[in-house]
Amino acid sequence: MTAAAKIETVRQPVLEMRHISKTFGPIRALQDVSLTVHAGELHALMGENGAGKSTLMKVLSGAYRPDTGGDILIDGTPVATGDPIKARANGIAVIYQELSLAPNLTVAQNIFLGNEPRRFGIVDRDQCNRRANEIIARLGVSFSARALVSSLSLGERQMVEIARALSTSARIIVMDEPTTSLTSRETDRLFEVIATLKSQGIAIIYISHRMEEVYQLADRVSVLRDSGYVGTLDRADLNASRLVSMMVGRDLSAFYKKDHRPPDSKRAIALSVHGMSDGNLLKDCSFDLHKGEVLALAGLVGSGRTELARLIFGADRHTSGTLELDGKPIFIGSPREALEAGIAYLTEDRKELGLFLDMSISDNISMGVLARDAQAGGLRDFAKAERRATKAVSDLSIRTRSVQANAGSLSGGNQQKVLLARLLETEPRVLVLDEPTRGVDVGAKSEIYRLIDDLAKKGIAILMISSELPEVIGVADRVLVMRDGTIAGEVTASEGQPLSQEAIMELATGAAKG
Amino acid sequence: MTDKATEMSAGDQAVGRRRRLRTAFAALGMLPVLILLAAGFQFMNPRFLTETNLLIVTQQSSINIVLAAGMTFVILTGGIDLSVGSILAASAMVAVMVSLVPEWGMLGVPAAILVGLGFGVINGLLIAYIKLPPFIVTLGSLTAVRGVARLLGQDTTVFNSDLPFDFIGNGSLFDIPWLVIIALSVVVLSWLVLKRTVLGTWIYAVGGNAEAARLTGIKVPLVLLFVYGVSGLLAGLGGAMSAARLYAANGLQLGQSYELDAIAAVILGGTSFVGGVGSIWGTLIGGLIIAVLSNGLILAGVSDIWQYIIKGLVIIVAVALDRYRLQAGART
Repeated sequence: MTAAAKIETVRQPVLEMRHISKTFGPIRALQDVSLTVHAGELHALMGENGAGKSTLMKVLSGAYRPDTGGDILIDGTPVATGDPIKARANGIAVIYQELSLAPNLTVAQNIFLGNEPRRFGIVDRDQCNRRANEIIARLGVSFSARALVSSLSLGERQMVEIARALSTSARIIVMDEPTTSLTSRETDRLFEVIATLKSQGIAIIYISHRMEEVYQLADRVSVLRDSGYVGTLDRADLNASRLVSMMVGRDLSAFYKKDHRPPDSKRAIALSVHGMSDGNLLKDCSFDLHKGEVLALAGLVGSGRTELARLIFGADRHTSGTLELDGKPIFIGSPREALEAGIAYLTEDRKELGLFLDMSISDNISMGVLARDAQAGGLRDFAKAERRATKAVSDLSIRTRSVQANAGSLSGGNQQKVLLARLLETEPRVLVLDEPTRGVDVGAKSEIYRLIDDLAKKGIAILMISSELPEVIGVADRVLVMRDGTIAGEVTASEGQPLSQEAIMELATGAAKG
Repeated sequence: MTDKATEMSAGDQAVGRRRRLRTAFAALGMLPVLILLAAGFQFMNPRFLTETNLLIVTQQSSINIVLAAGMTFVILTGGIDLSVGSILAASAMVAVMVSLVPEWGMLGVPAAILVGLGFGVINGLLIAYIKLPPFIVTLGSLTAVRGVARLLGQDTTVFNSDLPFDFIGNGSLFDIPWLVIIALSVVVLSWLVLKRTVLGTWIYAVGGNAEAARLTGIKVPLVLLFVYGVSGLLAGLGGAMSAARLYAANGLQLGQSYELDAIAAVILGGTSFVGGVGSIWGTLIGGLIIAVLSNGLILAGVSDIWQYIIKGLVIIVAVALDRYRLQAGART
């Protein structure tokens, strides 16, 4: 036995989850999953949506009690399960995707919410602020404990969440897709903080779909699939194809698919945007979108991509600018008019702005064409809706037992496909897709890319907003880069040269002049 | 492939059946409470389950059920209509006053309905197009329309002992009171609109997610205008029913706090206060529970004061039980 291995065996893991299973009635959400985490380690947890990552973390945080036979050990001692308060006392803190801060309170008030330092039974505000400032200093961030949370950026709010975890002396911090809504600068900042936390001996369980992040950060990676444990890789053994095949259980030979012909400039222009402004962020945005082309709209979060898409779709009012559809000027004042003209928009926020979670998949898919399908007297044609839904479910391989199931019961990837199906039912000629694969697992991502490719082949013009550069390069023919509400420049592929990630980043960050 | 297709459709049918069963369950969620209450009152006073008494119960609940049907439309969109009691009073005043005009007597009923529709449309316009909060708008019209109702009769009671449409309030068709027939027709029609028409699906969609509905091309303001219009129209119908029953109307007293009974019926029926989820059958049962409770407590000789306390508690406990049941059924 080598010396290093010996140390390894002696080192006590800070957290052990042993043989965790969790069933909800007939549904098995976790099956005999074990996880070992050491102090000062970043342990990435990967898997498709619905693989059981969130359930496992809810067992850890005490939100769910595991089935009998499962144990959680902290420092080698079994602890009570199914009790969130005890879990917190044991040093477990979870930072959820949806931040749970009260925006109208100060940073310090949020950090100590429900756990305020008291003197004579009254909240000791000075101590509150002082201790909050200490913790903030530990994180090396620059806002004050007295600042209102509503005045902070999303990235800074995340720091407040982390500070709150530290205030309860957390030793194991779970981060669930922490970078989803952060700018790249904020992401860098977060990674620095993570390094600081690790050096202080705090263990981090890091859930993410983003491979690059996992490569950059993880000391070890554990993969879940279909509610079960697949395996754990050490940093030295990390490799993309192995990780992906562990997650999906099969090889993804062609992850990105680009079969449609790249556009040539002679191809007809589907949509022409001239001088669009919204009187606020967007200034004078112009571009052409060709038929059968996938045009990516890249840029940092906050650069105005979604705002521009919503302007084109009529979801928000533009103050100046004109649109031409198939060479004819057109005015679009509402989403309804856009849909009638043949422009459809996939929102980036499918739960808040897209789906009707309490309604059936069938109703969700045909919601945009109900009036068109109606029988005399405005009566619903349920048979037609069912036919549409059944066809869409098979065309887009939406995995559900029935088209009558609630949309809310589907996994993220399948919800996204339902939303796409609704758009396609309106037979659009121009499709604006805002982060089409956000929060979607690897398998569904690949299927969505295939779908985008097929639609382009059919001659539909596609404008795709994406924050993931590999996706932009893998799927798009041409890239427009936005910065500060304007189109900073265009990146095209030249002979034998693929789209350049560096060129896009330079334009997005303003490192180069467009 | 064929195998897969048949398997799919079989699964579809099974899930469809289960889903229908579940919706039926959700709608009937309060039916056991209704039956339990009825059984309890029968035990306390054998006169409860007699034909005469049951007719009285249904008759008493009919106006509330008509109001609650309109309220169901509104609450399904995530709104609220506090003005129905006042609109009922104003419409009843108009119904009696028009009935006093020689030769025009029967026009009292359509006049009442039109007045109700008019007030409902004003509510709807303010909410849908000026985008004011429903609670504020209808709180305002609760007060303002009450004033209009008093103004209409110079703050007196208007009578018509020779009311041409009194059969609505006191007559029967094949031994079924007209009030009950009207209330049931309203429920069936509401069901038809909510569950069988495109508009009905839009109402659920707007209540479930208004912004998603707008981005899907649904004319959200028009849907809102419709639901407040329906609520006003049905309050107007309720006014005609009320006038026909009493041969009179009083702008000050009629319909006081009727909106609260209507809201209670909707909530007892399992319709979600945030919108998007609920059914008209639930509202029917909710309305019946309220009527059974009032009637049963009177028969049991409970004092007026205690009736209030018991009714309030039953509403809270019943809804709490319902929430608990739904939570137990949900997975997450």
